[in-house]
Amino acid sequence: MSVTGAENRVQTSLAILRSQNKFQQVYFWGKILGIKDDYLIAQGITTDQMKDIKTFYSLDCVTWNLMPPVDDDIRKKSEKIKGRFTGDPSYEFEQTETAEVDGMTSEQTIQLREEERLSAVLEKIIEDGAVVPRGAFIKNAKGIVVNNSNFQGLQPLDAVKLSSYLHFREAIQLHKKSLIQKEKLEPAIDFLDNIEEDIPKGCWSVQEERGHQVTLRSLYWPGLTAYHIPNTAKFGYCYHGYGEKNNDIPFMF
Amino acid sequence: MSSAPSPIDVRPESGAASPTSGGNPEGECTDNQNGINVSVNEHKYQEAKSYMLQTSTNTGLNLYDHLADMLSSILSKRPGNIVDSFEELSKKLKRERAKASEDYIYDRPVKPNEIEHAEVEATLFKASDEEMESAMDDEDAQSPVPNIIELGAHFQAAGLSISTEELYRIYFALKSLAEKQPLQIVRFWGKILGLEKNYIVAEGEYREGEEEEDEDENAEEDKEEDENPDEGDEEGEDDDLPKSTYKPQPLIPKEEKGSGANKRTYFVCNDPGREWVKLPPVTPAQIGVARQIKKYFTGRLDAPVVSYPAFPGNEMNYLRAQIARISAGAQISPLGYYQFDEEEEEEEGEARENFIENPEFEGVSARELCDPSLGNWVHHVQHILPQGRCTWFNPSQKGDEEFEDEEDEDEKEEPDEPEPEVGPPLLTPISEDAEINSIPPWSIKLSHKFAREIAVAVIRSNLWPGAVAVAKDKMFENLYIGWGHKYSAENYSPPPPPPVVAEYLSGPDITEVDDPTVEEEAALRAAQQEALEEEGGEELEEEEDDD
Repeated sequence: MSVTGAENRVQTSLAILRSQNKFQQVYFWGKILGIKDDYLIAQGITTDQMKDIKTFYSLDCVTWNLMPPVDDDIRKKSEKIKGRFTGDPSYEFEQTETAEVDGMTSEQTIQLREEERLSAVLEKIIEDGAVVPRGAFIKNAKGIVVNNSNFQGLQPLDAVKLSSYLHFREAIQLHKKSLIQKEKLEPAIDFLDNIEEDIPKGCWSVQEERGHQVTLRSLYWPGLTAYHIPNTAKFGYCYHGYGEKNNDIPFMF
Repeated sequence: MSSAPSPIDVRPESGAASPTSGGNPEGECTDNQNGINVSVNEHKYQEAKSYMLQTSTNTGLNLYDHLADMLSSILSKRPGNIVDSFEELSKKLKRERAKASEDYIYDRPVKPNEIEHAEVEATLFKASDEEMESAMDDEDAQSPVPNIIELGAHFQAAGLSISTEELYRIYFALKSLAEKQPLQIVRFWGKILGLEKNYIVAEGEYREGEEEEDEDENAEEDKEEDENPDEGDEEGEDDDLPKSTYKPQPLIPKEEKGSGANKRTYFVCNDPGREWVKLPPVTPAQIGVARQIKKYFTGRLDAPVVSYPAFPGNEMNYLRAQIARISAGAQISPLGYYQFDEEEEEEEGEARENFIENPEFEGVSARELCDPSLGNWVHHVQHILPQGRCTWFNPSQKGDEEFEDEEDEDEKEEPDEPEPEVGPPLLTPISEDAEINSIPPWSIKLSHKFAREIAVAVIRSNLWPGAVAVAKDKMFENLYIGWGHKYSAENYSPPPPPPVVAEYLSGPDITEVDDPTVEEEAALRAAQQEALEEEGGEELEEEEDDD
């Protein structure tokens, strides 16, 4: 996957974006393919790598628009809407649901703008799919998540194990663990959920490419790929797909 | 508690620079003036130092040495903002120290995967060296392998590609394939991702007459149909077990090599440099089931495919079936590139199967190819009918012979002649393709919006995500990179199992009837008695059971 010829202006425009918004770092997050046009997504970070993130999207790599914030209403609607993104941010998705309530069928129409759906889907993808190697980020004494400058990379044998990768999101599973389970964890590094515990087992595909790069692919979100080169501090992830969750996983193993 | 002050050297022994951090007591500089103070301070200092030299009961380290190591490492490396990651450095040093002391076990030399890979790939480059020498003599020999490096650049512009590094390796692998198998054309078809390993797929067409016969063809192909069982039990034989009326679907034979879905042969390998494996021809049954299931590929060709309906084959066959479906659905070419051979006779009723390159093709500009009506692109792979083949096979032909020995011809129904299935003929423009849930089946755009001179037309399939075609002027190519599944907006649901077949045919012996009530029984007996009385009426049986 790569950016098309039209989009090699990404580097330039991201640099401009960074200076305009006074970000510390700007990442190219990925691409969501629509029918007529594709969205390019970028993220800018100020101090805390996890919380101070702002997400932008662009259709032409020159103008970047801030993504609208997501609230519960939008989240619920976006879970019900199916189908591809069109490429037009103002497109209205409509879905009619028939529900049987007390013997009477009632129809409910859900409407959602493409921009909002994009934002909600993005949030979901990051929640499910953003992975980083264990040890790459640490929570410092102030509680701020920062890059670990001492991160030398995972060992090659560890790099192919799922337990060496963590979800880059607010920890959910971690808080449910008992103290005994948390015994072996280091609080500075293990403040994130481990992807080994994702259900169902096997929803991550780990491959070693040519012996020196490890690629993880998420099966829930086809197109989400994370990579890490063992024994170096190089890692990253990006998404290049349709923005649709694959709910058929249980049938596919 | 504290020992008497002994002449210990104040400065640390490990050769670091003089201690700069706080916590160390004053040195000997002021011992002239404050003799007593110094001795007290020195006393405190010795105490502190001996405390720091205490060995930990757990790890055998002591604080003094550890701090000394830390400071010497910091001062020699001078990392930035060390005060923030001080603890990290401390842990790291401890880990390293622990490792060093444990290494009395010889490391078993495990070949890292990287070296194994590199060795496998080295064979690729070696082969090409040998070929270079022979090719120098034969300059006219046309390589059957297309220039995928150049095509790769176009695909990169299209946004779907494989890194140039890998493309080079694939190129050499294809060349070695072309040497080993007498192929006329070899194409890089694409890459199918799997859970453990990926597949690199090459499409090849054999030179005429050079194709070998497959030795291990499916023996099940030649099994005869089960005999049609007689319908209806014969009356009088009550002990007969019910015979099954299940008639299996007539086996539809696969298409010959070189025609229909088996027109081209496919080879796969996991990584360039490994052996190419030839995929067996695909059968209509496999395509039929492949349409109903959705499974991930693992990367191992011999892996079983566990599914409902049961897939007749293993992963190798499933892979071949999906490749056939993707080729039929998503391989397209600009209009006019291929044409039907004028010299070939067209048989009546049969669809045209073969085409040749049009020698007078002048090329279609990228802008025309991007015409949203999609009229400038055609399918050049035959559509697969619902039956699973490209040409219709009439299954009742075989059955006619068996109908001669029927006993009860009345019971046997005349099977209706199945309707022949028809599909769009070869070289149909893609504008005729059906929409998917009101989404157009293809998305088309130019690769560079603002640099039209160098732009290529990029067309992506929405039905088979990952299938892309690029074209410009006289060049065109198709490529597939993906998981190998069709797109569906709705979630997958497996087909329901077939209804339970009736065991017994309904008839008077097995139909359920309510037991007669007491009144009915009494009425019947009364009627029978009347009949007996009429006949002679001498014998009367009194029924004593009145309830």
